[in-house]
Amino acid sequence: MKIKNNIAVSDNGFVFNPGSGESFTVNPVGLVMLNMLRKGLSQSKIVATIIEEYNIDASSVERDLNDFKEMMRQYRLMQHDDE
Amino acid sequence: MTVKRTYERPVIKKLESNMPNKFGMRTIYEPVTHLEENAVKDLISEYGSPLFVISETKIRKNYSASRQAFETRYPRVQFAWSYKTNYLDAICNIYHQEGSWAEVVSGFEYDKAIRNGVNGSKIIFNGPDKSEEDLRKAVTNNSLIHIDHLDELYLLQDIARATKQRPKVAIRVNMDTGVFPMWDRFGFNYENGQAWDALNKIMFSGQMDLVGLHTHIGTFMLAPSAYAVAASKLAHLAQSVLTKYNHEIKYIDMGGGFASKNTLKGSYLPGSDISPSIDDFAEAITSALMNSDYRPKTPPLLIIESGRVLIDDAAWLLGTVLANKRLSDGRRSVILDVGVNILFTAFWYDHKITPAQAFTSYTEDTALYGPLCMNIDVVRENINMPMLNKGDQLVVHHVGAYNMTQWMQFITLRPKVVLIDEKFKVHVIRNNETLSILTDLEAVPSHLVDFEL
Amino acid sequence: MNKPLLTIGVTGLNAIDSPGPGVAVIRGLREATSFDCRIIGLSYESLEPGIYMHDIVEKTYQIPYPSAGMEVLMSRLKYIHEQEHLDVIIPNFDAELYSFIKLSDVLKNMGIHTFLPTMEQFEERHKVNLNAFGKKYNIHVPRSKSVYSVNEVQQLEKDYDWPLVVKGKYYDAMLAYNFDQVKSAFNKISAKWGLPIIIQEFIHGTEYNVTGLGDGSGNTIAAVPMRKQYITDKGKAWGGISIADKEILALTDHFLHSTKWYGGFELELMKDKNGRYYLLEINPRMPAWIYLAVGVGQNIPEALTRLAMGWSTDAFTSYEVGKMFIRYAWDMIVDLKEFEQISTHGEL
Repeated sequence: MKIKNNIAVSDNGFVFNPGSGESFTVNPVGLVMLNMLRKGLSQSKIVATIIEEYNIDASSVERDLNDFKEMMRQYRLMQHDDE
Repeated sequence: MTVKRTYERPVIKKLESNMPNKFGMRTIYEPVTHLEENAVKDLISEYGSPLFVISETKIRKNYSASRQAFETRYPRVQFAWSYKTNYLDAICNIYHQEGSWAEVVSGFEYDKAIRNGVNGSKIIFNGPDKSEEDLRKAVTNNSLIHIDHLDELYLLQDIARATKQRPKVAIRVNMDTGVFPMWDRFGFNYENGQAWDALNKIMFSGQMDLVGLHTHIGTFMLAPSAYAVAASKLAHLAQSVLTKYNHEIKYIDMGGGFASKNTLKGSYLPGSDISPSIDDFAEAITSALMNSDYRPKTPPLLIIESGRVLIDDAAWLLGTVLANKRLSDGRRSVILDVGVNILFTAFWYDHKITPAQAFTSYTEDTALYGPLCMNIDVVRENINMPMLNKGDQLVVHHVGAYNMTQWMQFITLRPKVVLIDEKFKVHVIRNNETLSILTDLEAVPSHLVDFEL
Repeated sequence: MNKPLLTIGVTGLNAIDSPGPGVAVIRGLREATSFDCRIIGLSYESLEPGIYMHDIVEKTYQIPYPSAGMEVLMSRLKYIHEQEHLDVIIPNFDAELYSFIKLSDVLKNMGIHTFLPTMEQFEERHKVNLNAFGKKYNIHVPRSKSVYSVNEVQQLEKDYDWPLVVKGKYYDAMLAYNFDQVKSAFNKISAKWGLPIIIQEFIHGTEYNVTGLGDGSGNTIAAVPMRKQYITDKGKAWGGISIADKEILALTDHFLHSTKWYGGFELELMKDKNGRYYLLEINPRMPAWIYLAVGVGQNIPEALTRLAMGWSTDAFTSYEVGKMFIRYAWDMIVDLKEFEQISTHGEL
């Protein structure tokens, strides 16, 4: 699963899905994660970057990242790797 | 070493056309990190979570504001603390120190008031459940007995005859004040003449002293005008007694039921905006009394049995986030160690709940659940909350009334209650329950002691 | 001569199929001859059309829903006031009036003027109190009773004729021709709006509306009666015509004189076959069709603003009869950036 590549993300956390016409907002940590996901970074790389920058432990980030991805999946912002 | 940034759970939220967005708006809540100089964090680490915290300062302030509201409008006013609202001894005694009598509705509450040192003649005994033993005690102590039904009236007559004592009595009157539901299950009805009939029975018996008239028109009343109706109806009854028997009623007891600043479920506007002030209630009651047709030589004492409005906002319940969860519909849910077992009022209020630590303006619609393994354990079905993490602490506001009396020992044990005094010092006024406190009450028959698994 | 410049905050920018009055009010303000104005939109949702009408709204700020409480609303208004220095706020939604009326003194101390009914006027005109209102001010109203259970309706049967109007406390009304229909309407409406339910006598006739302005001393500053000509399926006027009707104007004068009404209002009236007018509802604010009043010579938004500022304001004495308003829908083209801006920053 990866982020659909036509998703538009602005610097202030506004997310637009041109395929569905839906818009979303993300908070700053969500924006950082979303941008890394769009670049195709691995889960472990993302977790490592976050704990480097923020005052938080790895297992919490991992749990939150999975939850975040699950929300993105529910909002149909993710696609299968072969799509 | 560089300082790391504060982490907040990532969140993505869909913008719906029918929904205002709270993103980018200024934070609608401020975190409540301290309660009267005491850090929430410290209170929890010292006394555990969950924890009820009561403010002595706030109680005394509410009391004096209410007293002032009535006393500036009416010459003779007496408050009687409603024990069922919160009958922790320390709390009752604050009210007694302020001059409040006791208003009780069971033998248990009656004994508690006596034990607290309240003189029997300053105890008002209400409610439908008074045993013969309770009544004998109350008669001997010269307590004010508010008769609820005819069976009680006859029983009191018998006691008076047998003991050759004169019970001091009032009747509770129910009536149509234009509000719904009408509380006609308590006392004698005004409109259909039951109340007048009961008064005649008392006067004819010649064995009891009719000293007062009592009503209590409902709970969480938002309409002061209903009290005006009630006060003038009671005054009218008093005048009828005066005319017929040349007997002056000594007091008119308007009960309680004033709304607090909590928000009832289903209310569009929050309680902090719409609940009338104590001055509104005082104005309605006192002006109705003074404009009534009751013309005694001495104006009757006005008794107010307020509970909720005097204590609701003087207490908080502190709790801790146990876990975060995503529901199947994508909604966020948070499990707290505070449940309906100790926050009984969550059944009828949308309690204001604020985090006890700093947060950003990003929020999520969240369901707040209690810790019980029971589907009904819902603290808030849907509340817009900042991102909460496991271990975060929360403050539930306005919990002073009815929680520390209606709480239940269900699934888990009840927590400590602390009081912050006027110098901001913390006192435990009720300890947390322990396993032995409960098991000490139990007995296991010998044949059930042993088993093998 | 230099005209004063006023900064005016206006809510109700939802110019949609069941429209809020904001955009019509702003058009009146823009056409005011006695002052110039900057309009600050106050919106609840990101898609209220008025937010994007930059030729009539200088800037829009989102404000919290009334259900969030006055404290939150007040802190938002303080912020907006710091940026914009508001002179006047004109709230246009029933649901927000309670908060704005309660806050009017606080706003005044900040230098923000309003011209709203008193809390007593606001409460006593409430649907639930209509009967008492009619009695107190000697105005014909349909007989009605608040009921808390369906069974109470059975007792009304002997005093009322079918059909009956079954009304919710805040919104919704259904016509019932028999007891079964009452029951079903009662259940439907009470599930949505709670109790009580108002059972009202049905008046056969023609509906008329009048909008106007009271100065709080019992004087009529403005009054324009209108008959709806085209009604949408939501019961909203999509076209209407100004009419000359002495009786409606006399009734309006009587209403203003006896209640000493403060502010804008709309009366919903029904004229029965005997030519008698019944007052069905009092809306404590200007209606969405307020621009008709402006168009026929009574700029009520302007006059209301003057009263709010405490300026002397002459009463309007005439208006053009037989002018129509015909509402239309119009598609604006809006850049996603603008939606993003209001959605993420709450300001545009």
